[in-house]
This record gives sequence, C-alpha cells and structure tokens, in this order.
Amino acid sequence: MSILVNRNTQVICQGFTGKQGTFHSEAALAYGTKLVGGVTPGRGGQRHLGLPVFDTVQDAVRETGATASMIYVPAAGAADSILEAADAGIELVVCITEGVPVNDMVRVKAVLAGSATRLVGPNCPGVITPGECKIGIMPGFIHQKGSVGIVSRSGTLTYEAVLQTTTVGLGQSTCVGIGGDPVRGMNFVDVLELFERDPRTEGIILVGEIGGNDEEAAARYISKFVSKPVVAYVAGVTAPPGKRMGHAGAIVAGGQGTAADKYAAFEAAGVRTVKSPAELGSSIASLLRGRVAQSQSRLQSAAARAPAAPRRAKGRKALKRTKPAGPARRPATAARQRNSSARAKPRGKRR
Amino acid sequence: MNLHEYQAKDVFRSYGIPVPLGRVAASADEAAEAAAALGGSVWVVKAQVHAGGRGKAGGVKLTRDIEGVRSAAADMLSRRLVTQQTSAEGLPVSQVYVESGSDIAREIYLSLTLNRDRGRIAFIGSAAGGMDIEEVAHRTPEKILSAVIHPAAGLAAYQARDLAFGLGLTGGQIGEFQSLTAALYRLYIDKDLSLVEINPLIVTKAGSLLALDAKINVDDNALFRHPELAQLRDSSQEDPMERRAAEHDLNYVSLDGDIACMVNGAGLAMATMDLIKLHRGHPANFLDVGGGATSERVTAAFELILSNPKVRAVLVNIFGGIVRCDLIAEGVINAVKKVNVKVPVVVRLEGTNADKAREMLAKSGLAITPATDLTDAARKVVALAKGQK
Repeated sequence: MSILVNRNTQVICQGFTGKQGTFHSEAALAYGTKLVGGVTPGRGGQRHLGLPVFDTVQDAVRETGATASMIYVPAAGAADSILEAADAGIELVVCITEGVPVNDMVRVKAVLAGSATRLVGPNCPGVITPGECKIGIMPGFIHQKGSVGIVSRSGTLTYEAVLQTTTVGLGQSTCVGIGGDPVRGMNFVDVLELFERDPRTEGIILVGEIGGNDEEAAARYISKFVSKPVVAYVAGVTAPPGKRMGHAGAIVAGGQGTAADKYAAFEAAGVRTVKSPAELGSSIASLLRGRVAQSQSRLQSAAARAPAAPRRAKGRKALKRTKPAGPARRPATAARQRNSSARAKPRGKRR
Repeated sequence: MNLHEYQAKDVFRSYGIPVPLGRVAASADEAAEAAAALGGSVWVVKAQVHAGGRGKAGGVKLTRDIEGVRSAAADMLSRRLVTQQTSAEGLPVSQVYVESGSDIAREIYLSLTLNRDRGRIAFIGSAAGGMDIEEVAHRTPEKILSAVIHPAAGLAAYQARDLAFGLGLTGGQIGEFQSLTAALYRLYIDKDLSLVEINPLIVTKAGSLLALDAKINVDDNALFRHPELAQLRDSSQEDPMERRAAEHDLNYVSLDGDIACMVNGAGLAMATMDLIKLHRGHPANFLDVGGGATSERVTAAFELILSNPKVRAVLVNIFGGIVRCDLIAEGVINAVKKVNVKVPVVVRLEGTNADKAREMLAKSGLAITPATDLTDAARKVVALAKGQK
C-alpha cells in the first residue's frame, strides 16, 4: 500500500509538449509511471513520446480514464490548469510550477474547497511511491520501496530524507512534497491523515520550514490523531526576520512563523525533533527499532492473555464515538467528509 | 516588490481613496517649491525609503514655514536613513514627499493582506493606529479586528460595517469607511498586491477619513501582468548583493557571518545555514542556485558570494536531482580558476552523477576540500573558517 498514487494510477501531463513537460514525462515513463497521455491546447490529435495529446483535460480523461495529472505549464497559466483538471474530475492534481501568483491560488483554493479533487503544490517536487509511480521532478534512483512516509515543504530537503531512509534500509512508502508557497493544496495535516491510515507506512518524517503556522497545526494533529512515530525537522533557524528565503512562503513576518515556535510546538506535542537534517534517517530508524521491540513484547504478553481480535474491534468502535472533532480551522471538503468514516485512529491504538 | 509612499498614494488617488495633498521632490529647492504650490501653513516632509519606523528615525518632519521645509528636505536628502527596520547602513534617500499638514482627531490602523491559515485575503484593523501593529497584536490581541474575505463574494458590506463599528467610527464615517475598504480590496485584487497598509488612517477634526500613510507591496510572482507597477521599482532601496543575485536569477539573502554558502533548493539552503550555526560557525548568506543550475550560474554564484569581503570560507552543498553533480563540479572548477579563490572551499555533492563529480574535483588539482555528508561538510567548513586545518 501507499498513499495518493500506486502502480495502477493513470496519469496525464498538462503542458505535455513543453520543454519541462517533455523532460519530466520522459523521466516518469522511464521510472514506470503509467503515463497515458497529455494535454496541450491546440495540439489535440497529435502524438508525443508515443502517447496521445489532447486539447483539453476533459478529452484526456474521457479517452484515457486518467485520475491523476501533473502540471508543468508556466506560472501564468498554472491556476487555470488546476481548475481545468478539477473540473474534469481528476482526483489528484500535482502542480510542479513555481512562481504562481498568490491571489490566483486564493481563488483556486476556494474552488477546490467544494470539489473532491486533491491538489499537491504548487511549487513542489511532486509525489512518488517508490517502484510504482513517480509524479514530479525528484530523482527516482535515490528512492527505495519501504516503510517511511515523508512529507515536506522543500524539494532538496525531501531528497536528503529519502537518501537517508534508503541508506538506513527503511525505504519510503510514499513521499509528498507539499510545496513552498504560502497558499497551497494539501497541507501537512492532510498528508499525515493519509499516512496514519496507510498500513504500509510505519513511521513518518516531516520536514517543515519557517513561515505560516502549518507546522503548529501538524503538531496539534499529531498529538491527537497520529499513533505512528514522527520525526520533524524545521529549516530556517538562522533566517533573518522579514526576509523571504527562496520559497514564497518561507518568511518570518511580524514575529510569526519562526523555527523556534515550530520546534516548540512539535516538542510540546511529543514529536521527536532533530536540529540537523543529517539526523532524519537515523532518528526514524531508532524510533522504529524501539517500536518493533515494544510491539514484540506486547505481542508476547497479549498471546499470554485472551485472544486480541474481538477486543481490538470493540476498542475501535468505542473510540470512534468519543473521537475529538479535530483542529477547528481545517476546511471540511467533500473529499474529507466522504473519507471521514475511515479517519485516522487516535494515538496508541494501532497494533 | 515595495512601492514608495508617494507612488502608493498616487495609486490610492486613482482608486478614490482619500489622501492629503502632496508632491514629491528630489532636492531642497524642489521641496520648497512643492510646499509653496501646495499652499497652507503646515507641511510634513517625509523621506522616501522602503522601510517603516521613519518617524522615530528623523525621516518625518512637521514644519510651519517654507524655510523649514527646505532645511528638512536638505537634511534628509544628504544622508542615509537608519530606522528600526533597516540595516545599520540604512537606506539612501533620493526623494522626499512634501504633504499638507492634517488636523488629526483619531488614528486608526488598517491593512489588507493574506491570511495564510485561511488561504484568503483579510482586512486587519485596530483602533490603536499610528503604533507598531505587531506590538499591539502581541500585547493586546483583543484590539485587533479582522475580516476574512471569500474570493467569490468579495468584501461584503456587513464585513466593512463590522470593522467600522469595531473601530469606533460613527455617522457618515461608516459610509466613508465602506467605500474606502471596497476600493482597497478592488485595488488589492486588480494589482495583485501582497500588502496594502494604512498606518495611520486618520479621522480629521472635521470628521472625515484620510490615509495619512500608504504602504503597498506587490506580489513579485504577478509582476509579469503589471508592467505599470514593475517600472516603479527603485533598486537603490534593495541590498546591492541581492540585486546582483536577482540579475542572475539567483535567490540570495545577505547575512552577517563569514561562511559563504552555495546550495540548490531553498529548504536545503536554509538547512545549510542552520547546520553551520549548529556547528558554531556563522553563515554569510543564503543562496539558492535553483533547480536548473548550470555551470555558468554556478560561476556567477561563486563570483557573487566571494565579492563579500567578510567571507573566510565557502561551502558548496548540492543535492543533484534534476541538476547533474558533474555539471556543478565543472562550474565550481571553472569558478575557482576564474575568480582566483583565496579562501578554503568545501564541497559536498550528492545525487545524480555524484561519483563522477567527486572524481572531477579530486583530479582538478585545486585546493577543494571534499566532504562526505552534511555533518562532515559543516564541521570542515567551520574549522577552516576559524583557521584550523
């Protein structure tokens, strides 16, 4: 299992015949992604990289049955491309494009709040389930199928986490780069919810950075709903206030969004934090090792008592009734409401 | 991108937002002429810089005679203005704004910007105008009013009324405030702004609203569709190193340490600075060479970071994704040869073609210190900057 994408995900590329679209579509195909076509308005009916080109996303979806789209169109048209994909019923839209005007994203976000489409990005490296499906600009070869879910606001820092988890032999279930813009699609909380539900994911690495309050929201969510071990790192301890550090969203403004506040929030939530990005892999490995030892001893003691299965089912039902409502600020999208019955289980109850 | 106050007030006028009469001047004589042309008996001379806190720093002077206008302008134009929000060097003042004095009954704070938690534009208002709003928010958060705007509905009249009542406005001021906030929201959306701030918005003794100050920031990502705003850029107000970097499409931020960094990716660039600090060194800059770094860009980046005289060592930290490490290595080798680098250079390369790149660096015969990983890189560069081998 994995989250968001797997070996059966059928993907189209918007901005397919452009330079970026072509380059990364070739890489996706080489990785084994089920890329089934692409969209470039005005070039419908042609073929590109051996695949059909369509004028509209609607056409592409009708002809190919694609459920995911990766967007490589220039910034001026990126918001429009996201809206087009959502309107055509695409379930997962991954927008790689950097430099999308913020007000465009404000409008997009308002539209998506009423749709079942999930958006990742913009200004992000994309989503990858190792060995199955790569949608984005990340180097495929550093990944390895495995057990750690990675969610990050930064591209190259995601690669650091990936390489380290590969090196320690854990590998990754799915990696989601949510992007460095202030207004974006999926946030930490949305991805954490999916990782918590995914049986393949045993531990989670979260890479945050200065700006906004999304790490704080993630910390609150983890303390309430995430039972799996989480390691968090926050970039930008040394960033001067009022300066935009490369990413449009990476700015400490009015004393808000500092790395210190974010670390404090994670620590208060009981999340393992690391002050060096070089320690992400070793920290999640040590947490998971501890967990294996713990669950083994639990299993032994459980085996000595009554059969576990019926008790566990009962426990779950009871928990569902008393489950807290979750952070108040999260918008209730249609997708989430639909999924709410399969919501993340509270801490400590997953065996 | 920031606008000067006089530019922002021109934009305000074109949207029907009430501002005092004023004229911009580039010399003391021009300032005196401006005051004479404006008429009246009280004038305010304001230094035009891209920073707040001008009042306390001597960048705003009220005067009751034309000679006072002339001398205030001469003083401001002769030196750089250092405020709480600038660096110690301050900013150059090449223009002053001369404005008719206003009778102030009350001062209010009003701004419009992105609320990141909600992903929407929001008004922020406070009856405690003319003060540092961040301090107000910190000490007395209950005094901060907010109206979050749904992009489909726009600013609703009731939201404007709520704010107006909350700010203690009465009678005809309510209607004035509604028109003013509607105009501000239209302006914000039309021009793709990231901030518009009026501090203070005043109630005059005659009882009407007037924007005494005006601050506008434009979303850089949207400048491509606003050439009329793009041409208002005043690059003299920008950090010269950051300006040079922007010309090469490099993301650069000056810091005050002595270890220069060259990194790909904004997150990794921040993390590299943090790592240097963690190992008790001091980063000299943030530099993201970007995902599509070429050999030429690496050379340009090297020249840039080495033009900072404080630099005592350089750390190159690249995780090659799309970027091939061998191309980066080639750029580093060319740069070290071309720029005549006199300080130690530590290089850590990982990712696509990293082995080939390491081999190229080793064979180059140049004094480049290879690092095996992040921690090794940080340790080595900090030691070298401190003069330890």
